[in-house]
Amino acid sequence: MLQLAADNLLSPIVLSFVLGLGAALARSDLSVPEAVAKGMSIYLLFAIGFKGGVSVSDHGIDVTLGATLVAGILLSFALPLVAFGMLRALSGMSRTDAAAVAGHYGSISIVTFVAASSVLSDAGIASEGYMVAVAAAMEAPAILSALWLISRGQGSADMGSDLWREILLNGSIVLLLGAFAIGAITGQDGLDKIASFIVNPFQGVLCLFLLDMGLIAGRGLREAGVLDRGAIGFGILMPLAGASAGLAAGLLLGLSTGGVMLLMVLSASASYIAVPAAMRVAVPQANPSIYLTLSLAITFPFNLTVGIPLYLAVAQTLTGG
Amino acid sequence: MQTHKAKRVEITIEKVMERRLTEALKGAGVTGWSVLPVLGGFGRSGQWSREGQISRGTGLVQVVCITHPDKLDGLLDAAFAVVEKHIGVVCVTDCDVVRAERF
Repeated sequence: MLQLAADNLLSPIVLSFVLGLGAALARSDLSVPEAVAKGMSIYLLFAIGFKGGVSVSDHGIDVTLGATLVAGILLSFALPLVAFGMLRALSGMSRTDAAAVAGHYGSISIVTFVAASSVLSDAGIASEGYMVAVAAAMEAPAILSALWLISRGQGSADMGSDLWREILLNGSIVLLLGAFAIGAITGQDGLDKIASFIVNPFQGVLCLFLLDMGLIAGRGLREAGVLDRGAIGFGILMPLAGASAGLAAGLLLGLSTGGVMLLMVLSASASYIAVPAAMRVAVPQANPSIYLTLSLAITFPFNLTVGIPLYLAVAQTLTGG
Repeated sequence: MQTHKAKRVEITIEKVMERRLTEALKGAGVTGWSVLPVLGGFGRSGQWSREGQISRGTGLVQVVCITHPDKLDGLLDAAFAVVEKHIGVVCVTDCDVVRAERF
């Protein structure tokens, strides 16, 4: 376990993140241009989606795929309820802010998923390729739970068909599922043709992307004054609660070691791309500084540095992998 | 050169609300607008910069349109229906235009 944690902490991706974090906290002028960051995120989503599709093409589709998708959706619906209860118990946050934050913790962080996939790949541990589709399926249900929590408290949320279209067809989901479909259709032959583009440079691009994420998290940490101690504690405890739920689901489904670990990561991570956009439109009265700081500056770094090796160790122990 | 009185309306609003606002402007009979990126700023919610914004939920744009003074009330009613609950600033100034028939 300690060796795994040390290997993770001293990996290029985590050290790149730490570099960005330190640079932002030291108020360095280091920055990654917006267009470059956007380009790297497109690359990473395409690569991870494509490789997931190829894996499904190689191993075929089984009943576990459908069951895992359903489990992911149920987790996404249920985790905000747990998060909301924890927030109300631990912090002095208003009901609206707590519900908005809770929605983020039922959804997922695709960057954490990509980093976890990279760790698995480095360790030579296989996982179910369709976990990419599970990640996409877990993005949106949590938003419904958050809006339900708000409406129960006499709060109001402006939902419309436009917003649902924007959520369900947001660029990340379309790219991830589109690349997954291309990978599944073209299989290993397709991968062989573009491997020099989407396999070999992957780790390097991920390092640069995490450098940028470190910069963003560092800037977010400078704003951490908006959070009370209870909220900060929540940002660390909630991933552990989410990972436990993911672990139970993964074991019940009989997933591989890698699959269990990835479901733990998905359940432990918090959204900072799709859900904030939905919350800004539907619940403008919720404070974005709170949910973005918690998700980006507390939970994301925790999962990247401590969570991923911890989840992998637990998954290996319990699955015998 | 002959010029004509018009109103210039600048609406600074969250990026996620841009399309909703421009649809409302179109519905109010506004014939044109420009959308400008906002690089950063400081206000009631503290300091803000476009740099390092990863979430689609953050970021501001400014929608600028010029309209005939008679159409101003309708434009503002439509714009306020969208921006009322959201972060933003609505600013109206007098201006002169050369080709009045375009507004």
